[in-house]
Amino acid sequence: METLALQHYLAVGAILFGIGLIGFMCRRNLIVMFLCTELMFQGVAINLVAFGHFWGNFSGQAFTIFVLVIAAAEASLALGLVVLLFRQKNTLDADAWRELKG
Amino acid sequence: MRLFLQLTTDSMTVILAQTSTELTTAVLFYLFASMSAAAAVWMVLSRNIVRTAVALLFTLLGVAGLYFLLDAEFLAAVQLVVYAGGTLILIIFGVMLTSKSPYSKFEPKLVEVIVAVSVAAVLFVALLMAINNSMPTFGTDAQPAGARYPVDLLGQALLGDYLVPFELSSVLLLVVMIGAAYLAKGRKHEAPPALTTSELSRQAKRWS
Repeated sequence: METLALQHYLAVGAILFGIGLIGFMCRRNLIVMFLCTELMFQGVAINLVAFGHFWGNFSGQAFTIFVLVIAAAEASLALGLVVLLFRQKNTLDADAWRELKG
Repeated sequence: MRLFLQLTTDSMTVILAQTSTELTTAVLFYLFASMSAAAAVWMVLSRNIVRTAVALLFTLLGVAGLYFLLDAEFLAAVQLVVYAGGTLILIIFGVMLTSKSPYSKFEPKLVEVIVAVSVAAVLFVALLMAINNSMPTFGTDAQPAGARYPVDLLGQALLGDYLVPFELSSVLLLVVMIGAAYLAKGRKHEAPPALTTSELSRQAKRWS
């Protein structure tokens, strides 16, 4: 078996990001769309950690910690908003909120 | 499942024997990578939102394993604590708060029960083997031999080169906390319309 290189990790990150993107664009449920953004975060975080590992410094890990902070903040705010939206219309369908366009 | 069992026991014996760390790393990499990718596909395809959240949990576990392979142990632990322990619980709460009829679709399928039991059994056997084969020696505070990237260097990087973003992220968390509290308080005049008694009785009948 060949030695693991940077490309292997980048491929996993790309797979996760792609699947998350597909889910984000194809699903209409607000919570599922939000979960798919988390999946895309994971793909990017794998890229950062892998680059940091093969580069030999800690920038990738530090950036990933910031990504984690942003993701946690986003999760709390987005879920609060989703629950508020659900209380108004009793649905989680993203199409029900077209008038947010203004 | 038999293949998975075989793979797990193989990797365990390889770990215990310490014969070829490179092969072990490769096997573990493909295990974690396929686990996270398969769980991601399951997550996008699943129709039940609770199953979607559980699939995200498996993806997060696989990514944490990849972090371990990349010598980012602290990050893997943080991933498990913050994501699997915090964010995912938050998501489950969101699912519960927004689901119209709780408990209706949460019953596990037979396949899921079988998979859960076998995963737990494999984990238990692996733990037993690890305990039997490698008891640690207590009382020595020597550093483990393979520690190439100790976590204090990451702490120095966070509080040295990245001090400003670090402090900014703490300010961000404070702002988000205030914002989430404001959202959760809600406005009184926009309270959801009260359920009529017929609706209430219908729901009670459905949940009982």
